[in-house]
Amino acid sequence: MRYDALILGAGMSGLAAGIRLAQAGKRVAVLERHYLWGGLNSFYKRAGRRFETGLHALTNFVPKGTPNVPLTRILRQLRISHDALRLAPQRHSKSALRLSSDETLVLEYSNDPARMRASVERLFPAETAGFERMVAALPGYSDATEADRTTSARARLAEFVREPRLVELLMIAPLFYGSPTERDMSWAEYGILFRSIHLEGMARPEGGIKALLDLLIERFEAEGGELRMRNGVAAILHTHGRVTGVRLDDGTELECERVLSSAGLVETEALCGTPRANEDDPRIGRLSFVEVCCVLDRTPLELGHDTTIVFYSDSERFLYERPETPVEPRAGVITCPSNYLTSAPDPEPFVRVTCPANHGFWTSLDETRYAAEKVRAVDAMLAAAESFSFPIRPHILFRDSFTPRTIERFTGHRGGAVYGSPLKRRDGQTDLAGLELIGTDQGLVGVVGALLSGISIANRSVLAPSGGLS
Amino acid sequence: MTRDEIVLAIKDIIATIAPDEELGGLEMEVRLRDQIELDSMDFLDIVMELRKRYGVQVPEEDYMQLATLKGCVDYLGPKLESKALVLTALKG
Repeated sequence: MRYDALILGAGMSGLAAGIRLAQAGKRVAVLERHYLWGGLNSFYKRAGRRFETGLHALTNFVPKGTPNVPLTRILRQLRISHDALRLAPQRHSKSALRLSSDETLVLEYSNDPARMRASVERLFPAETAGFERMVAALPGYSDATEADRTTSARARLAEFVREPRLVELLMIAPLFYGSPTERDMSWAEYGILFRSIHLEGMARPEGGIKALLDLLIERFEAEGGELRMRNGVAAILHTHGRVTGVRLDDGTELECERVLSSAGLVETEALCGTPRANEDDPRIGRLSFVEVCCVLDRTPLELGHDTTIVFYSDSERFLYERPETPVEPRAGVITCPSNYLTSAPDPEPFVRVTCPANHGFWTSLDETRYAAEKVRAVDAMLAAAESFSFPIRPHILFRDSFTPRTIERFTGHRGGAVYGSPLKRRDGQTDLAGLELIGTDQGLVGVVGALLSGISIANRSVLAPSGGLS
Repeated sequence: MTRDEIVLAIKDIIATIAPDEELGGLEMEVRLRDQIELDSMDFLDIVMELRKRYGVQVPEEDYMQLATLKGCVDYLGPKLESKALVLTALKG
């Protein structure tokens, strides 16, 4: 009973890879340590209510049938129809940069790129042409050059846009939506993120992340794939430089030809027997977050807030970095799922606020202090978020929050690094034959990027002439 | 399978992997990707389904032979001669 492939982690990339391999007729199992699937994009229950993690928006939104774009390709590959996803498009979103207590720059955008152009024109008329030249010069999904990968996005933006505050404003959403590095990213990554968020757009599957995960699981099992929950992998077994199988937490050994790991770069190395990396290892990502989800007694729309997502910076310099303090309320994301144009709203409206946080702080606390610090951090976050949105606190029926400690515990990602290691392995290759990386550390971000990562590596596995999978 | 059945077999595979495409008017001698939206990853899927449904292996160097429906029939004819047609998407 030997598997063609074992996949570590039932997140987006693992399930997508599993579907592809199962479709190819391979004997494949997805091994998940936890009792819930989804990884970074998951859901859980508290006090009879369902909460979700990850997914604030599905980026890369395009209408059904749009050719040559990531969403269409992915759905085709997974054999999921666009209709089945029931995508509710955003109303509109914004990036806000506060310069002083009475001056905030707000860049608005929607799924119509013209809206962003108009917003740039309103804010900085003299920069409109430069902005348009910048958009035209953005690297595409697959034609980024080596120079694009090593050039700073900020530096490239400044070549087109002279106004530094506009550069700052243009960095906020792409950084928040998926940079594993602090403050800046490469021009190649910027191209992908800008296209995904601003040129294509944002939507949310009706029913949220759970609905999308249900679809993936259904497809995987329909193709004959095996989903093994509570099957954490304790070690990847190998001999003479080649993978032979895995050992589960309970000691069971499973044999296989190939392992696809979504555990992350240093995490996967540790499973192969490399000594555990130090906390300050530069390959461990520094970006983690505290997030609070507030169930409200009325919709944000009823409270005068019609924006789907607000990416904000409460300081002139956008503080996208690991803070020295427990949490950095001056940089945040405010998401209102009920502000997607949905015909099937969630049973109760809620809002999520997410801010960068210090992993070391949250993992060093005892239980009593942890609970108290969480309340403190969340109060500060909500106060800051309200100044960019609507009065949240008077309308909270119930709230739940999580910290870098929670993220690390449930995803296994060292440092609670939501976007993984700053060092990406784009080709997924490792030093071991038969072991490949999928997911965050393959360098694709967001739900669509994660799905694409699983698909592309699985496709290569199936194609590989010497892959031993035929 | 007859040549007509092979055409049907290919169309059924395409209908499985690309349910939104209209396949009624496909020309035999025009490249498939000029008639419908198919990229190289979709092509891989066609090859995968051929293997799964009929046990036919198409080596990578022969992929070009499958560019048109006529090419498919010519190339797959001998390989599918003794196989029975499998329909999943187009049945009924």
